[in-house]
Amino acid sequence: MTSLDVEAGVTESAAAPVIEARELTRHFKVGRGFSRQMLHAVDDVNLSIGRQEIVALAGESGSGKSTIARLLAGVYKPTGGEIFYQGRAMSTFKSRKDQLSYRGDVPMVFQDPFSSLNPAFRVSHGVLRSLKLHRPEFSRPQREEEAARVIEAVGLTPAGDIMHRYPYELSGGQRQRIGFAQALAHKPKLILADEPVSMLDVSIRIGLLNLMADLRSSEGVSFLYITHDIASARYVADRLMIMYAGHIVESGPTEAVLANPKHPYTDLLLGAVPDPRAPLAEGIAGDTGEPPKVIDPTPGCRFRWRCPLAIDRCHVETPLPRRLGENHEAACHVAEPDPGFAA
Amino acid sequence: MPDQLLEVRDLTVEYDTGAHPVVAVDHVDLDVQAGEFVGVVGESGCGKSTLLFAIAHLLSSPAEITGGSVKFFGQDLVTMSEKKLASMRWRDFSVVMQSAMNALNPVKSIGAQFQDTIMAHDEVVDDNRPAEVLRLVGIDPIHLKSYPHQLSGGMRQRAMIAMALLFTPDLIIMDEPTSALDVVAQRSLMVQIKELQRKLGFAVIFVTHDMSLVSHFSDKLVVMYAGQVVEFGATRAVFDHPAHPYSEGLLDAFPSIRGPKVPLTGIPGSPPNLADPPPGCRFQPRCPKAFEDCPKIEPELYQVGAVQSRCLLHAPSIAPAREVS
Repeated sequence: MTSLDVEAGVTESAAAPVIEARELTRHFKVGRGFSRQMLHAVDDVNLSIGRQEIVALAGESGSGKSTIARLLAGVYKPTGGEIFYQGRAMSTFKSRKDQLSYRGDVPMVFQDPFSSLNPAFRVSHGVLRSLKLHRPEFSRPQREEEAARVIEAVGLTPAGDIMHRYPYELSGGQRQRIGFAQALAHKPKLILADEPVSMLDVSIRIGLLNLMADLRSSEGVSFLYITHDIASARYVADRLMIMYAGHIVESGPTEAVLANPKHPYTDLLLGAVPDPRAPLAEGIAGDTGEPPKVIDPTPGCRFRWRCPLAIDRCHVETPLPRRLGENHEAACHVAEPDPGFAA
Repeated sequence: MPDQLLEVRDLTVEYDTGAHPVVAVDHVDLDVQAGEFVGVVGESGCGKSTLLFAIAHLLSSPAEITGGSVKFFGQDLVTMSEKKLASMRWRDFSVVMQSAMNALNPVKSIGAQFQDTIMAHDEVVDDNRPAEVLRLVGIDPIHLKSYPHQLSGGMRQRAMIAMALLFTPDLIIMDEPTSALDVVAQRSLMVQIKELQRKLGFAVIFVTHDMSLVSHFSDKLVVMYAGQVVEFGATRAVFDHPAHPYSEGLLDAFPSIRGPKVPLTGIPGSPPNLADPPPGCRFQPRCPKAFEDCPKIEPELYQVGAVQSRCLLHAPSIAPAREVS
């Protein structure tokens, strides 16, 4: 009886996602007094990230991508909804021990490698500090050894030399690798990478994307990869979520979403990617809109002002995510399901 | 024959860093015809921004132009007096900087900054001109009263371009104007620059590290590496048949959203330290096609079909022998 229970427990946890968010919502107060309003940065977002999975979250500036990363990292408290980490609700993590171990398991890598490293310390400083905090079982020489290991794991060799340099002695790509090394030092389960390559040269980006794919298999971590560049999302991610004005408007396996985009916004994002191998598509390029600031919203699709397909219903009813294909969802009244797929 | 607008010859810029002066721009030639769109691409630190600053004569110490000439309508900007230059800037040529966030004054409204520019010149300008240029770039003139922080990144960059258009110059120099924007805003800004160019007929020198960005927009392309021009030619020709291994590497460095998914490697290594450049060809330590002569002989620009390439593989005296062996 007991052995059966244990076995059932094991299979369940293997299939269970590392992190799951249900109806995650975050609002910000803007203005004061009579002009007080609510900015809806993230509204009713459901997402889950499995073990060793790379999930890309794509959208324009201001769509709420970074707010989701900060909610998952525990920097912001959600206004509504709940985050489940390995099956446990995050709102129950009250003790310092729980919070510390969560932060060690789910670290963040930031966008700007030029301002996220302290210029006054050697680059090993951040790695050693997080080792001291999150893995107290290590002695000082063990910490040095582990720091060298993670720095080598992110492709910086020889680690002994790199460790003792200051940030200004490294290039942008190398600094961002140090960012990943700091995250790795915690033995993480999930790394929240918030636009890790958008400040880097195009020729260096690919190396970091390859690094993410390598770390997934060598260190067994999952990634939430936040980006506005769908082409790079396609290169590394298993699953793709498209975000617009606080809502996830489309999600599914990367290839399915890109080959057969359901939401008109995904079409727009795809059309914006510069591709020298493709002929110029002038039609899509005419769009000059921006994602709206969602302040005290009324019902209706938030994309309707920019949408070429908007119908009357879009102005009165907010579309909910609908299943339109194998694991493929879109929140759009107009989108058609895959042929032969019954919702 | 279109009019020659800008003629850069042998331009050399050095940063005086004591013992080893760094040659950031090394004998660069560049021609721009009226109404042309010229893209300049390369990695960080290849000297592309320094080149732009040298053309606009905006360099400050320790950078210094140590040789060559920049002829704009036949007048040499390098030897021109500061007073003459000041009257030409904005009127005949203008510069759009990389980060509009920092290029605009945060404590002055957009309209006040436009007035500053107008007042610095003796030109008679219609009172409606600021509203007119804002409308040109697709911003409601109501934003003349707005402060930079009230605009989004894309709008700020558009406002910078509107400012550059105040006197309808013949040449606009743009230093990565889209690098702080997301893909969608980037695309719509590029399309808008191209449309304005068609309408108003100015020439553009556009610097970027993202080669794919200019693929549909520029007429000519200059690829820079370690302070030198390594490839130059019509944009289409460079994209279809990149002659220099570095241009090939740049082209293969970004993933595509169409076609089969292929593993990419990018360009291994990093650009050389310009205080101590490698011997021979500057790209040879990173070049997948390097051979024994590369560290020994410094290549020149050789004509290869429609483009020019700084690679020994295309040197008339060496290449035939290589093909036989």
